[in-house]
Amino acid sequence: MAKSLFEKVWAAHAVRTLANGQTQLLIGTHLIHEVTSPQAFGMLRDLGLKVAMPHRTFATVDHIVPTDQLVEPYRDPLAQAMMEELRRNCAQSGITFFDRASGKQGIVHIVGPEQGITQPGTTIACGDSHTSTHGAFGAVAFGIGTTQIRDVLATQTMALGKLKVRRINVRGSLRPGVYAKDVILHIIRVLGVNGGTGYAYEYGGEVFDRFSMEERMTVCNMSIEGGARAGYVNPDQTTFDYLRGRPYSPQGAAWDAAVERWRGFASDPGCPYDDIVTIEAADIAPTVTWGINPGQGIAITESIPDPTHATAADERASIEEALAYMKLRPGAAIKGTRIDVAFIGSCTNGRLSDFREVARHVRGRRVAPGVKAIAVPGSQIVALQCEKEGIDQVLRDAGFEWRAAGCSMCLAMNPDKLIGDQLCASSSNRNFKGRQGSPTGRTLLMSPLMVAAAAVTGTVADAREVFAVNS
Amino acid sequence: MALEKITAVTGRAVYVPGNDIDTDRIIPARFMKCVTFDGLGEFLFHDVRKNADGSDQAHPLNDPRFRGATILLSGANFGCGSSREHAPQAIQKYGFRAVVAESFAEIFFGNCTTLGIPCAAAARADIARLAVAIAADPSLAVTLDVAAGEIRFGGQAIPAEVRPAARDALIHGRWDAIGELLEGLPAVQALATRTPYLAA
Repeated sequence: MAKSLFEKVWAAHAVRTLANGQTQLLIGTHLIHEVTSPQAFGMLRDLGLKVAMPHRTFATVDHIVPTDQLVEPYRDPLAQAMMEELRRNCAQSGITFFDRASGKQGIVHIVGPEQGITQPGTTIACGDSHTSTHGAFGAVAFGIGTTQIRDVLATQTMALGKLKVRRINVRGSLRPGVYAKDVILHIIRVLGVNGGTGYAYEYGGEVFDRFSMEERMTVCNMSIEGGARAGYVNPDQTTFDYLRGRPYSPQGAAWDAAVERWRGFASDPGCPYDDIVTIEAADIAPTVTWGINPGQGIAITESIPDPTHATAADERASIEEALAYMKLRPGAAIKGTRIDVAFIGSCTNGRLSDFREVARHVRGRRVAPGVKAIAVPGSQIVALQCEKEGIDQVLRDAGFEWRAAGCSMCLAMNPDKLIGDQLCASSSNRNFKGRQGSPTGRTLLMSPLMVAAAAVTGTVADAREVFAVNS
Repeated sequence: MALEKITAVTGRAVYVPGNDIDTDRIIPARFMKCVTFDGLGEFLFHDVRKNADGSDQAHPLNDPRFRGATILLSGANFGCGSSREHAPQAIQKYGFRAVVAESFAEIFFGNCTTLGIPCAAAARADIARLAVAIAADPSLAVTLDVAAGEIRFGGQAIPAEVRPAARDALIHGRWDAIGELLEGLPAVQALATRTPYLAA
């Protein structure tokens, strides 16, 4: 019978059925970071257990690292303590730690692919909801809580109920100036922030066939913002070309065997899905959020929703709550809204192609007076490559601050934070109340080029007009 | 490992209205700069409970009539966003023993179950009825009967379902899976040996 990739990967990793009907699922790759793992190591010690497969566990540090301070001890003693705790836990358990001194440190969802650790047909878990990113390679990747991190550390498995699979086809061609970020913001807008509950999303269609690995990662990254615990794209030649020659990729004869195996994990033609959704690429515009969840987005050409036009009481209440927090006017154009901060980075959009695209258009332009603009590469490797290509200089010349790799202002567990009710044009993934560190701070999610357009004009702007994008 | 069989939770309830209440709202990220979960309870819903100067905002959890409530009531898609277990840990350490909502985000639901916090889904109209009843009498005893799949209060009963696998785990005292997972270790090793990328 024809099977989906999800079915095949699940079957290949199912150890046994547990008493409550869940599956004990083998997790091939466990990625850990400093925020959600220390308590798990503590639980392990309390139970007198050891890490079952340290060679399948990889660590990096991302959430708490200051992007403007490289030398330890960090100014924030709590951050320093978390850093040292992770370092100690990794050393004691024999876990590879991509520390800052390794030159390979970065946001965990950027490091895994970069190193070739993220591979098709594998299962991956990490104590971070954006672990869905790794699905771009045809892996089945889950964000987990700390008690489950303990489970994976101790047994290399976790207890999980099987998900349903929704195939999302994006058909046709994207219009110029429309990016992977717009695709996922559009999908979440259409299917809702909880539309994916109980599902893994399989993304496909012509748009995904043509997407680079980095674009696929951007979409898979935000699956969780649509409620889907996992999201993936079937592995193809683009996937294999990306992985060839990376440090943890199979080499020599093992490479050919691996590619053969990886191809076999792709969903079979005609396999059944629990649901199928088709989206026309031509319907997707540069998208901007106006509210307090990632589903509250509109095309840059649209107006901010008016609660009095809402069809349901529920919808009216949620628009009112969002607008009260965002201090935006119902019915007004989103375009032209003044911004205070521009942030380019995060596990969603902190990769080389993001910075290349921004630099290509920003060259010779200037950040508007009064706007604080920061560009934060997602990993040390991204940073180095940008520096080799002179991208950092283009951005600095334009008035951006060029920082060291980390999560930075996406979630503000480090010194990069909004102040008061600053409005931030952000290439990150969440616009929740207070997400960027100030309890009254406001976030507008958009693609990196849209952030750049906002930075140079000082207002929410249509990047297609600002940069004359037509190809 | 002998765990408590969680068949029912009885106590007073408090209603925190709203849909899509995310884990950043439940516990803002800056309170996650810690290496243990101790003391997280006091930061539950911090930024919607406290003003910048530390004074209280109007919030159900600041209302003295609902102090000591052990059942948290809310709207749809409760716990969406980050996978941080700090959110259910803060809920538990604050004193809650159960959450009742229209629906739950997936990772949050799993994290709660693993901590022995039943997450029961109830219909919007039923949650509204319960909210009206507790507003009228905050001391009302409310029972979430996990086994029976209902909530009883003031002579009324409404359906409230904990999903089957979680319900089974809670009522049979196996909500923390570690014991069972450890028992499976020989089978895990055997499967790993047969799995090409793990065998290498």
